[in-house]
Formats: sequence, C-alpha cells, structure tokens
Amino acid sequence: MSNKFIEFDRVWLKYNPTADFAIEEVTVDIREHEFVAIVGPSGCGKSTFMKLCTGLRPPSKGTIIVDGRQVAGPLKITGMAFQAPNLLPWRTTLDNVLLPLEIVEPYKSQYREKREQFEDRAMKLIRTVGLAGWENKFPWELSGGMQQRASICRALVHEPKLLMLDEPFGALDAFTREELWCVLRDLHAENPFTVVLVTHDLREATFLADTVYVMSKRPGRIVARREIDLPRPRDIEVTYSEAFSKIVHELREHIGAIRKS
Amino acid sequence: MTKSFVEKHAPALLVIAILLLWELICRGFKVDPFVLPMPSAIWDSLLEFKKPIFDHALQTFWTTMVGFAVAVLVGIILGCLLGSSALVYRACYPLLVGFNSIPKAAFVPILVVWFGIGTTPAIVTAFLISFFPIVVNVATGLATLEPELEDVLRALGASRVEILRKVGLPRSMPFFFASLKVAITLAFVGTVVSEISASNAGIGYLMMSASSSLKTPLMFAGVIVISIMAMAMYEVFAWIEMRMTGWAHRGQQATA
Ligand SMILES: Nc1ncnc2c1ncn2[C@@H]1O[C@H](COP(=O)(O)OP(=O)(O)OP(=O)(O)O)[C@@H](O)[C@H]1O
Ligand SMILES: [Mg+2]
Repeated sequence: MSNKFIEFDRVWLKYNPTADFAIEEVTVDIREHEFVAIVGPSGCGKSTFMKLCTGLRPPSKGTIIVDGRQVAGPLKITGMAFQAPNLLPWRTTLDNVLLPLEIVEPYKSQYREKREQFEDRAMKLIRTVGLAGWENKFPWELSGGMQQRASICRALVHEPKLLMLDEPFGALDAFTREELWCVLRDLHAENPFTVVLVTHDLREATFLADTVYVMSKRPGRIVARREIDLPRPRDIEVTYSEAFSKIVHELREHIGAIRKS
Repeated sequence: MTKSFVEKHAPALLVIAILLLWELICRGFKVDPFVLPMPSAIWDSLLEFKKPIFDHALQTFWTTMVGFAVAVLVGIILGCLLGSSALVYRACYPLLVGFNSIPKAAFVPILVVWFGIGTTPAIVTAFLISFFPIVVNVATGLATLEPELEDVLRALGASRVEILRKVGLPRSMPFFFASLKVAITLAFVGTVVSEISASNAGIGYLMMSASSSLKTPLMFAGVIVISIMAMAMYEVFAWIEMRMTGWAHRGQQATA
C-alpha cells in the first residue's frame, strides 16, 4: 500500500523565462490508489500541478516520477476531466465515451474487432453514472450535469491508472454535485485507481479524499498536508458529522492564513 | 390562408412584381430597348439564342467548377497547415491577407501572358479569387480548438495527426462548408471576369461579343443565366452544409 505512485521532488515551474515561478519547491508523494485532493486559492497553480503530473509540461527544476518512471512527455495512463465537459458535439454520448479507446493502445488496434465489447464496457460506465437511456443522444440534448457525467465516463473508459480531475463539479448545482461525489466514490472503491482532484470546495475534498494538500497563493507552494481519517465507505451523511466539520474548519484556517500573509 | 401563401412565396412574388414594373416602365416611358430592354425582350433573346447561351453557360460552369475544386483542395491543405501550427499561421497570414486584397482582375493580363487566351486563365482566376475564404475558415476552425480538449487528448497520448483527425477536422467542418457557399459565388465572378477579357468561350465572352454587336437583350440574358447558375450552386452548398453539419446548428439552438 505504501509504494509511491507519484513523486514530486522539489519541483519548480515557470511558464516562460520572464515570468515568476507558477509553483515553487513542490514535494509530494502519492501512493498507488490514493485519492488526493488539492485545494488552494485561484491562480495558485493547481491546474499547473495537473499539467506537470500528466507530462503535458516539463518542470523547470526538480524531478517528477510517475509509476516508476521519470516523466518526459505526455503519459498515456491518464484520464482527465475538467470543469467544462468538452464533449464533441458531433458525437453521441456513447461515441464520446468511446473516444479514448480509439486513441490509446492496446485498444486502438483492436478497435474494429472488439467494438462491441468496448461498447459494452462504455455502457456499463454510462449506467453507473446514471446516464442509461441517453447514450444515443448528442451533447446538446444533455443537461450540464449529464454532460459532466459523460465526461467522467470518457476519462475512465480506458481504465487509466491515474485519474486527473480539475474542478469537475464546479459548475454543477449542489444536489447533482453530491450525487456525483457518490458516483466517483463508488467508482474508486469498486475498481481502484489513483485520483488527483483539484477543487475549490473543502467539503468535496474532505468527503472524497484520503489526503488533502493545501496550496498557497501564487507562487504556489504546498503549505499543508492533511490525511482524512474518516472511515470508508463514507456516506453523504458523514458531511454533517462533527468530525467532518472539524476537518473542513481546519482546512479553512490554512486557506485563511494564506489570505492574510 | 392567403396570408400564409404570400409569406411563403414572398421572394418569388417580389421578383415577379419587379419584372412587371420593369416591363411597364419600359413600355410606358418608351425606354430605348438599346439602353434597357424589356424583360419580355430579354426572354425572347434567351429563347432565340438558347443553343449558344447553353453552350457558353456550360463552358463557364465547368471552368468555374474546376477552379473551385482546385481552390477547395488548396484551401484545405493550406488551412490545415495554418491552423495546426502557430508559427506557420504567423508567417503566412499577413502574406495571404495582402494577396487577398489585390483585385484578382489585375492578374488576368499576367495570366494571359503565361497561359494564352482561353480556359486556363479563367480557371486560375476562379481559383485565385475563391481559395482565400476556404483557407481562413479551415484555419480558424482548427486554431480555435479548446485547450482543455487538446489536453485531454494529449494526455491520452494522441499524436498531432490524431488530434487533427478526431477533433480538429470535424470541428472545422461547419466553418469549411460555410466558406464553400461564399467561395463558389466568388469563383463564378473570377471565371466571368477572365472570360470577358481573355477568352473566346463562356458567358463572359458571350456578353462581350453581344456588347460589341449591340445586342443588349442578349447581354441581359447572359447576366440572368450567370446569376441563376451562381444562385443554384450557392443553394447546393447551403444544402450540403445543412446535411453535413446539422449538429453545429442544432447545438447553437440548444445553447442559445
Ligand atoms: N499557459 C500559461 N502560460 C503562462 N502562465 C500561465 C499559464 N497557465 C497558467 N499560468 C499562470 O500560472 C499560475 C497558476 O495557474 P493555474 O492555472 O495553475 O492556477 P489554478 O490554481 O488552476 O487557478 P484556478 O483555481 O483559477 O483554476 C497563474 O498565475 C497563471 O497566470
Ligand atoms: Mg485551474
């Protein structure tokens, strides 16, 4: 359980030579199958952290090791979902979910022969997130919450070892958000993978994560690491418990402290 | 019921009204038919010269289609190059804009020196005048890809070509088909402009020779034939656009 999956060793990054560092001296260790949440003020470098993790950007200083290998160039073991669902409007929900299988090996080369099998797999995910019956609809026929569900399916269909989520529930109403928390919780419990979730919502971070990292405002540094020891499986009810509120408060204080400094 | 009939056929009714008014004015004020022939006289000359008009129209049509086909091909290739590389875009764009601002009629004499009088300069003019909107639209469609979507695909290990094929090209289809409508009408302009001064076939040539033999109704007949052809092709491409990229229009309706 303690084997490291993602290792950041004193990582610094600036986007261009004249700019300041976007993140500074970030050192993190993430275990395999760990659920990590990253919180912090806007512009502190959370999305930057994700780009570094997935190899979309090389660090300026320091090393990043993912799955035992130093990151150089985009990894192929990740699934990503963002605040905007970014579905392709000319594809149905099902075809949108299938997109990664048309790109990632070994699925890509088997795509023709195993299409039906892949469709079954996609449909299973689609049912899990509560989109059954909508698979042949186009994105514009879906509500924002439904599109986001489809986007999460797309991020998971190729069974990535690493799931990156950048404020995926940010644009949703409170009820849908809590429902999707549970969907994500169940997906993670059922078929474990490593998750890095970027969020503004401390309750969301506390409810879902094993470990929460708090980042300081620009230039981003990790200022706190908090293990969430609430027992699993967690029910939505847990968010009303005292232990839960205490953790949220504690995280809140770290953020508050950043503001003042 | 009568109201919906009027609404439905408003454009056709307007055309008929204009033709009637035109006919009446010409008759009423006894306008010299040499200056402005009556619609009925134009119709007569259309019938009288239907064989040569048809032949010349066919010539113009094929010339335009060949020039347009080359424009589509070059437009897609250049558009892909410009749209998928910021460097190429920056390097080529000012040049293209500069080129586009040259009146294409100015090329015709040069083309005559290179290719002689005939179909070739007309094809080249039709191409030159119509490829620009295609390039710009394809490039815009490709260049405005959402960065997050690109990240999703790159994080899956998609190559540039794959991103282009799976997302870039389908995404730029609405832009592309919209540009075809504009380009096809421009292509007709190019062909006729070239035919007027550097050809001995085609509607442009027909009008030129009608002009020198003072057959004004025939000239007007030529104008009508060319505008009907251009309009018909515009409609064809508008129809193709609707068929191919319905998702874009329905998507807009849904979000609007
Ligand atoms: N492509 C880029 N080029 C230059 N600077 C960038 C780029 N992307 C981000 N930055 C800068 O890096 C810093 C961190 O940005 P990042 O997007 O990681 O913030 P964030 O924590 O995700 O913010 P938010 O919560 O608002 O999404 C910001 O100050 C931003 O200006
Ligand atoms: Mg961000």
